[in-house]
Amino acid sequence: MTVFVIRRFLQSTAVLAVTAVIVFIGIYAIGDPAEMLISPDASQAERAQVVASLGLDKPLWEQFFTFAWNALHGDLGRSFVFNRPSIALIFERLPATLELTLTGLVFALVLGIPLGLLSGLKPDSATDEVIMTGSIFGFSLPSFWQGMMLIMIFSVWLGWLPSTGRGQVGEFLGVHSSLFTLDGLKHLILPAINLSLFKLSLVIRLTRTGVRETMPLDFVKFARAKGVSEKRIVFVHVFKNILIPLITVIGLELGSMLAFAVVTETIFAWPGIGKLLIDSIMRLDRPVVVAYLLVIVSLFIFINFVVDVLYSMVDPRVRLGGAQ
Amino acid sequence: MTPVLEVRNLSTHFMTRRGVLKAVDDVSFTVGQREIVGLVGESGSGKSITGFSILGLVDPPGRVVNGQILFNGGDLLKMSPTAMRTIRGKRIAMIFQDPMMTLNPVLSVGTQMIETVQAHDRVSRAEARARSRDALGLVGIPSPEERLDSYPHQFSGGMRQRVAIAIALLHRPDLIIADEPTTALDVTIQSQILFEIKRLAAEFGMALIWISHDLGVVAALADRIMVMYAGRIVEAGQVDGVLSEPRHPYTSGLLSAVPAAVPRGEPLRPIPGFAPSPLSRPSGCAFRDRCARATDICATEPMLEIAAGREFRCFHPHLWSAA
Repeated sequence: MTVFVIRRFLQSTAVLAVTAVIVFIGIYAIGDPAEMLISPDASQAERAQVVASLGLDKPLWEQFFTFAWNALHGDLGRSFVFNRPSIALIFERLPATLELTLTGLVFALVLGIPLGLLSGLKPDSATDEVIMTGSIFGFSLPSFWQGMMLIMIFSVWLGWLPSTGRGQVGEFLGVHSSLFTLDGLKHLILPAINLSLFKLSLVIRLTRTGVRETMPLDFVKFARAKGVSEKRIVFVHVFKNILIPLITVIGLELGSMLAFAVVTETIFAWPGIGKLLIDSIMRLDRPVVVAYLLVIVSLFIFINFVVDVLYSMVDPRVRLGGAQ
Repeated sequence: MTPVLEVRNLSTHFMTRRGVLKAVDDVSFTVGQREIVGLVGESGSGKSITGFSILGLVDPPGRVVNGQILFNGGDLLKMSPTAMRTIRGKRIAMIFQDPMMTLNPVLSVGTQMIETVQAHDRVSRAEARARSRDALGLVGIPSPEERLDSYPHQFSGGMRQRVAIAIALLHRPDLIIADEPTTALDVTIQSQILFEIKRLAAEFGMALIWISHDLGVVAALADRIMVMYAGRIVEAGQVDGVLSEPRHPYTSGLLSAVPAAVPRGEPLRPIPGFAPSPLSRPSGCAFRDRCARATDICATEPMLEIAAGREFRCFHPHLWSAA
């Protein structure tokens, strides 16, 4: 385990370093932020001064090494637009996105696993057909369209739920989240559903396939021959086997949910990092984009680590560290 | 003495899209107390489905369509699923063919044994664990206490089959159905397991149905033998009699195809042709297309003949001097 953690940590550092290089060069190639930041009627001298203060006059490699050196000291640069540390901007917005994605994920799992089980245990029944058809919609209708429909139905026609913003944020045990106020929850429901519909369909299908593949296996029949109850067969014997593919996919999907909450955040004007990213790319706010991607990569690495640990807990055949 | 199991006119059919597949067709037999019965036949002859039918474990689209399965006098086919569950694993246990597949890979051996104890007896986890440990010891697994916490992948094939046997023994059932339990094992392990099962069955007074395609194994183990072909029992009787003086041409055909039974230097004589597709069985004797003794009469259904403790379905049985 210790060996595994150390090795994983070293690998992660390498991944972060490579990402930093790629992202830095990529964003450098997009365009010149000076064009966006400086008003067209500024004088040549003012212009030169701003460019120099931002360090944009230096060659690429020098800019990169300044960035890398500062990054090693925990400083990912200041936003050109807000003139504040970019990392602070991200961490300000991150809780909103985390709360959105985690709520969406819980929703997808809490609803998806039972529906998938139901479907898989009674294949080709009417229930199965309904669930499968529903999941096709979840898969194939574009997320932005689903979001707009949700707004139209629940905000415009029925007037039940608000359509924009994060609402009131409550505090519980030092954590700020809109989960802790009624107003916050109301604001959270629609974007969370929008974000989770695709994952819900995915969880349903994964669970269903898992059940269908596991039920005919010999060990299920053997468990029946032992006189074990059907309930225990489904919830212990089969379920624990399904968890293996489920954890793999969910781990990957959680990362992509975080990174691509952009669409949902834009539709519902949710003040999360996805929206910050889009705004920053539009304004060529390099430090924020770089810092954002590094934070997302770190989150991916962390999620993958958690997935590997969960793996070893669910599947006894997996032992972390490789060599025994 | 009343038999442990009496199967009467059992038919198990599979309702497939291409028609009705008669996997087991009008099969009747009895298993006496402490008796070891070998059920032999080729792949697809219906021997495994017979075993699963007894336990009510035939998967759809298969269904027992006819017959009675009297176990200690009660008809298993009339029992509710709940009542059937209290018989499975408790009074009738089963051992499967492939020990690599019968244990759940993500549950420890202990968990899989303890749940078997607790499925039938209201006992504490500690007691269930103690019983599981004793059962592991009984089948010759070293340091059973530690092995309870191991997972199936940490056992070899032979050891896993021992675990499966230990699970079958947990409740000291009246009957164990063993579905080719040694087929997937190395020859050396095979004989160990065989010896082990024979010893335990005798020790606990259990009856045993041993399903196999290996005549040698059945000869070494069973008291009685039943030969199945195309969903039917074509010959049944005491092992010694059936193997030395087979009446049904199919049985004799099987025997001349066994390497060890044919004298050295003489060629093996495989049975010509293939077993008929279970979807389109010929009327009459299903073996007649492959049988050298077949005549026109074989197109009608041969009746079960019972002579001197021997049963067979054939119009032209082999005749032996004693018969």
